[in-house]
This record gives sequence, structure tokens and C-alpha cells, in this order.
Amino acid sequence: MTREDFIAVDRFSFFYGEKQALHDIDMRIPERRVTALIGPSGCGKSTLLRNMNRMNDLIDGVRHRGDIRLNGQSLYDPKVEVISLRKRVGMVFQKYNPFAKTVYENVVFSLRVAGRNRKRELDEVVERSLRSAALWEEVKDRLHDSAFGLSGGQQQRLCIARAIANQPEILLMDEPCAALDPTATLKIESLIRELKEQFTIVIVTHNMEQATRCSDRTAFLYMGRLIEYGDTKQVFENPREDETEAYISGKFS
Amino acid sequence: MAQTNTAFATTGRSRKGEPFVWLTAAGLTIGVILTLGLLGLVVVKGLEVFWPARLVVLEVEPAEGSGQGTAAGTVAGYVVQERVRRDLAGKTHEEIQVFRGNRELHGEKFVFLDRADIAETRQPGDLLLVERLEGGHVIGRAGALELAGGERLEAGAAGFDERLEQLIEESAGRREELKRIEKDQIGRNAKRVKELNLEAKLAGSDAGVAAELAELREEFERLDGERGEIRERLEADHFVVESADGREIRLAGGELLHVFRPNEAGFLGRLGEMFRRGWTFLSSDPREANTEGGVYPAIFGTVVMTLVMSIFVTPFGVIAAIYLREYAKQGHLVRAVRISVNNLAGVPSIVFGVFGLAFFIYFVGGLVDDTFFPDAEEPVYKSGGILWASLTLALLTVPVVIVATEEALAAVPRGVREAALACGASKWQAIQRVVLPASLPGILTGVILAMARGAGEVAPLMLVGVVKSAPDLPIDGVAPFVHPERQFMHLGFHIYDLGFQSPDSEAAKPMVFATTLLLISIVVVMNLAAIVIRNRLRKKYATSSF
Repeated sequence: MTREDFIAVDRFSFFYGEKQALHDIDMRIPERRVTALIGPSGCGKSTLLRNMNRMNDLIDGVRHRGDIRLNGQSLYDPKVEVISLRKRVGMVFQKYNPFAKTVYENVVFSLRVAGRNRKRELDEVVERSLRSAALWEEVKDRLHDSAFGLSGGQQQRLCIARAIANQPEILLMDEPCAALDPTATLKIESLIRELKEQFTIVIVTHNMEQATRCSDRTAFLYMGRLIEYGDTKQVFENPREDETEAYISGKFS
Repeated sequence: MAQTNTAFATTGRSRKGEPFVWLTAAGLTIGVILTLGLLGLVVVKGLEVFWPARLVVLEVEPAEGSGQGTAAGTVAGYVVQERVRRDLAGKTHEEIQVFRGNRELHGEKFVFLDRADIAETRQPGDLLLVERLEGGHVIGRAGALELAGGERLEAGAAGFDERLEQLIEESAGRREELKRIEKDQIGRNAKRVKELNLEAKLAGSDAGVAAELAELREEFERLDGERGEIRERLEADHFVVESADGREIRLAGGELLHVFRPNEAGFLGRLGEMFRRGWTFLSSDPREANTEGGVYPAIFGTVVMTLVMSIFVTPFGVIAAIYLREYAKQGHLVRAVRISVNNLAGVPSIVFGVFGLAFFIYFVGGLVDDTFFPDAEEPVYKSGGILWASLTLALLTVPVVIVATEEALAAVPRGVREAALACGASKWQAIQRVVLPASLPGILTGVILAMARGAGEVAPLMLVGVVKSAPDLPIDGVAPFVHPERQFMHLGFHIYDLGFQSPDSEAAKPMVFATTLLLISIVVVMNLAAIVIRNRLRKKYATSSF
């Protein structure tokens, strides 16, 4: 059974210094589904995504109001350790950013930092993660070569393998195809559709077709507010709000 | 249709900025010419030192009105330089400077001759250039060998050359043996005697050590006897050389280092001699107030000091930079610290020398001596040494490493850090496993710069442990093998000492060039090695295409 409110965003507001980036966002993200966040640049979709693993903590002078809960547990509970939280929430970035290490070491990085170094376990994780990321067949003979020898699309899939290696519950993707060519993009999209069997995926995208192709739910944000949130089909074919319609029909970007 | 203007606008040269292009190009050209000129001079002069010049015999007959007033006679030697001198009357004289050696005959090793005075120049093949331990080179013809037991072998007799070679080799072996006895055995003996005496003094009676002392005294007697025997053997044989003006020089066999006939040798022979001299220069100890022999202790001191310095400066600088860049809250205080660090790089190096003397030697060294060597008669750590010199230079070069490391850390893309954190790494794990490896090439660049600066620095070293002559190396075969408290020799200081402090500056001149060439080569080699390592790392840790 999937849980409808696997990620619960409760009246969440977020501030960079004096500037308010998110206004009272309220949304429920279901388990093992792909939820797309769309909206024009600066609308706060990346900010929202990066709050789901508290990546924004790194920035000086930020504060928030409201709460985000994962499976019922508050992220901002003072007792929550950020590191253990990030082990449950994997993240893939806009620019593929493998480490200056071998393919193998890239995949097992999250296990190594957790102090898990047993060779047999690592070998299994590498194969399983690379297979899940649809990369195993392409790199199984050069696991111990530098990750920078791979093509852009392969590097991004390696980053996905790295994000899922430690079996997170949630996978956050911040415009994962923005730096890739169309072929590589299609590969990643079909990968996303496969991965939702195991993971709850939240994806930020600028690409409307991408949202329709691979997401189950879509949320449209504008000026830091959640304008509309519903099934992807409904949001794109029959939007309730005028702003949503204007955006998806390309009236503004 | 509107009128179109097809011609491009034309302007004068100055509007296009061409003079500024020339100006910048001229600046670069001047810089390149100066650098190449300097390097060329050092390389040519430095290599010339080792190239064996032909020996000439000059018949001098003073001509009317020549300036030097040299007495008539025969001079043998090689030409060092030519010059034109103008005397008080305004007359010009072409003069040559000749190295004639044979100091015991002439007092001076060099002589200036007016070309007008020279009646005849010859290049006889049998002229010898003899290197010896003391007194400088001897130039002349082989006379005879006077061997122990009254045997006399005239030059030209069968087996003369072989016997001479054998004598030189035997002497070298004996000198080795003598050095071993004096330095190792007698040194160890004396050290033990000193320890026992101290023990006896502390105990108030020498009852406990008397037996061993007597034993040591006996051993010393025996060693002293051996030493005397070897010394006698070194004095027993003689090589007689006839100088160009017919006088004889008797050289003890033990003094002979090398005999060479530069006029007989062909190109290959001279090339071989050049390599032999080069190798001697690199591998042997200095003699004759550093003007002869080699610079091995100075090379050793320079390299060891630079390496020890980088061992201190690299972790120190890198750790400081990591805190400054990664952990410290960026504000006024951090900015002030950063400016101070940058300014530290501009402080005159002698100031660091004074600081090193006051802090490391007098304060830290004094504490070490009071704590660990309270009974030592002479200061151990409370005097200049290679450890304090390395620490002083580490302090001097730490800004270079900090600045380079900070820049390298800042150049690591944010995405890489975020990726590491998103994988559940702590901040330190992200720095240690991802950020530091990615910035390693940049950090190494800083270390290279620091090493180059450290290896070339002289002024502060004069205060904290460099000396003109240090017979004992800081690392040797005597327990505890590493002696960080020892004074040492350094190529940079060696150049200064040779050029400006030498009692015989004419004789020191070639050594100055050779040493300069060597110091530049060492810096270049160390830099090249570091660059190769860095490029390897850069290939390994190349940042992604973004």
C-alpha cells in the first residue's frame, strides 16, 4: 500500500535573510510516486526540494516556519541528526557531479562515510545500484576507472546510482536532465519511471513534457506560493487556476 | 533605397591601441632577455669551470714601458681572463691573467702579464696539472718518484705512470682509513670517556668507572698508534715536480689527489676530465676555505632543510587554510586574519631570521636544553641547527601555502560538496574525502612555490644555523643517525661566503659560478619533480567538464 502523505509539508515558509522564498506551502506527497514541481525560475521549487533533505541549512541567514514531515517524523525536530536524515533522502543535482574517484568508489561513497567497508557488501551494492540506474552493462568493465571518463548522461546515471546506493526512501531530483542531450534525457526519464517502484521521487523540472511523461502528480509554484497541485493529467489538461494554464501554455516562463 | 556606406571607418594607430600592444610586448621581451641572459651567463660560466684548459708556457721578457713590471722568466699555467688596462699616462695595455699555481714558489697563484712582455708561447705536451689536498694546484713537469725505502723512479722510466697512479690510489685509501679511525673510533672513545667522567663527578667517586676508563685509555693509545703509523706512511713517498722555471716541488704522496695532462688529452679525454671534476664538485667535501673540493655538504644541507621545511609547512598551512575557508564564519575577523597572512608573505626575510633566533633557538631551544640536557657543557638545541632553520623557513613560507590552499579549496565546485553532504557525509568527511583530493593539485602548487622560495632563501638562515663549514652532516652513520641540532651548510650561503667572505676571491670565482649553477639546477629539478607529481594528480583528480 502506498501512503498518501509520505512527505507532508505543513504551512511551510522559508526565508533567505529578509526575503521570503516560500509562503505557507501545504502539500502531501504520496509514497512510491513521482511528484513533479514546476514553475518559472525563482518560484521556489528548488528551495522547497532542497528543504526536504535540509540542504538549505548550508546557507547563512536562512530560517523557516512550519514543518516538513517524512513518514510522520518532523525534519526540523531538534533531535533529528541531519546526517541520518540525508541517509534516508538521496539527491541528484542539475549538474552531474561525480567525485574525482573511480566509478566504484563513487557508488559506495555513502556506505563508506557510514563506516560500512566490507568488500562483499560493497560489491553487491555497486552491482545492484548500477543495475537500478541502468548503467551496469555499460560500465561493468571499467568500475575502477575514473568517473570522468564517462559521458555526460552516464555520469548523471552514476550520480543516481550513488544517490540510491544506501537504499534511501526518497529520491530528490533537481532538474536532473538540464545538462543532458535529448537521448540521455529519455534514458533518465525511463529510469525515473522504473525507480518509482522502489522510491518516492520528487523532481524539479523546467520541461513541461518531462513532467507529463514521467510524473504522477504535479505541483505548480509561482512567486513562492503553491498555486495548484493535483494529478499530472488533470493539471496539464484541465488546470483549475488561470496562472497554471498561462504557464503551461507558455504565456510566461 | 537608403544610401549605404560600404567603407569601414579608419582611424589612426593610437586609437586602435597598437602602441600599447608594443609596450606590453617590449616589457615581456626585456624580461625574457634578462632572464635568458642571466641563465646563459650562469650556465656558460658554471660549465667552463669544469672544462680543462690547455696549459701554456710563456717566456717573459719585459718590454720597454710595459706596466706590470714582471721579471724576466718562464711562466707556466692557463689563461683565466684577458683585459685591457689604461695606465696613468693614458696608454692601453693588453693583459692576460694566468693561473700558475705552485703557491710555495710564487706566493700568489695568479699573475697578470702584459702581452707586450711575452716573447714566446708554447704548449708542451708533458705539462702536468696536479691536484693536492693543501696549497692549491701544482703545474710543472714530472720529475721523479721517491719511494719509501730509498727507491727512486725517474720520470720516463718504465712503469712510472702506473706507479704514480698506484701511489695516488693508495693515498686515497689511507686517508679514508685515517678518517675512519679519527672520526668513528677515537670520536666514540672520547664521547664515552666524557660520559664516564660525568658519571664519576655526579657519583662523587670514580670507583665504578675506573676499570672502563682504563680500558678506554688503552684503546685510545692503540688507536693513536695506528693513526701515527698511517700518517707516517702518507709522508713516506714523494712525487717531485719540476716547475717551468726549473725549481723542484716535493709533494708528499698523501697529499696527491689527481694528476692530469691537459695538453695531451684529446677532446674525449678532456670531456672525461670535465665529468670527473663535475662529480668531484658534487660529491666531495670543500677544502682550502671552500675554494677547492666540492660542495656535497651544502647540497645535502640545502635539500634536507628544504624537505624538512615542507614536511612542517604543508600540514600546518593546509590545516590553517581549511579552517579559514571551510569552518570559520566569514566576517571581519576572518578577513583581518587573511590580510595579515598575506602581509606576512611580504615581511623581509631577515625579520623571520631574528624571530627564529629569539623564539626557536633562545626560547624553545633553551627550554629543551634545560629539560633534557641539563648537564651538557655546550648548548645542544640552544644554538643554530637544521631543525630551527627549517622551522624558521616553514614560518616564512606558510603564507604561500595558506593562500594557495585557500584558492584551491574555493575552486572546488559547490556541487561536489553538496553531493557529498547529500550522501550523508559529515562536513569533515566531505572535506577529507572529496574536497581535499580535488584541491590537491592546487595545494601542491603552493607547496612547490614554498619550496622554491625556501631553497633560495639565505638571509634568515645566517642567524639560525647555516655556517660556512660544517664537517658533520645532519644525517649520518653515528647514532642516533639524525642530528636536528647540528649546524649545516647551504648552497645559497655558500655562494655568499665564496663570493664575498673568501680570503682568496680570485680562486673562489669559478666556484661561485659553479655553485650558482648548481643551486639553480637544484631548484629547477625540485620544481620539475613537483610539477610532474602535480600533473599526475591532476589527471587522476581532474575536475569534471563543468
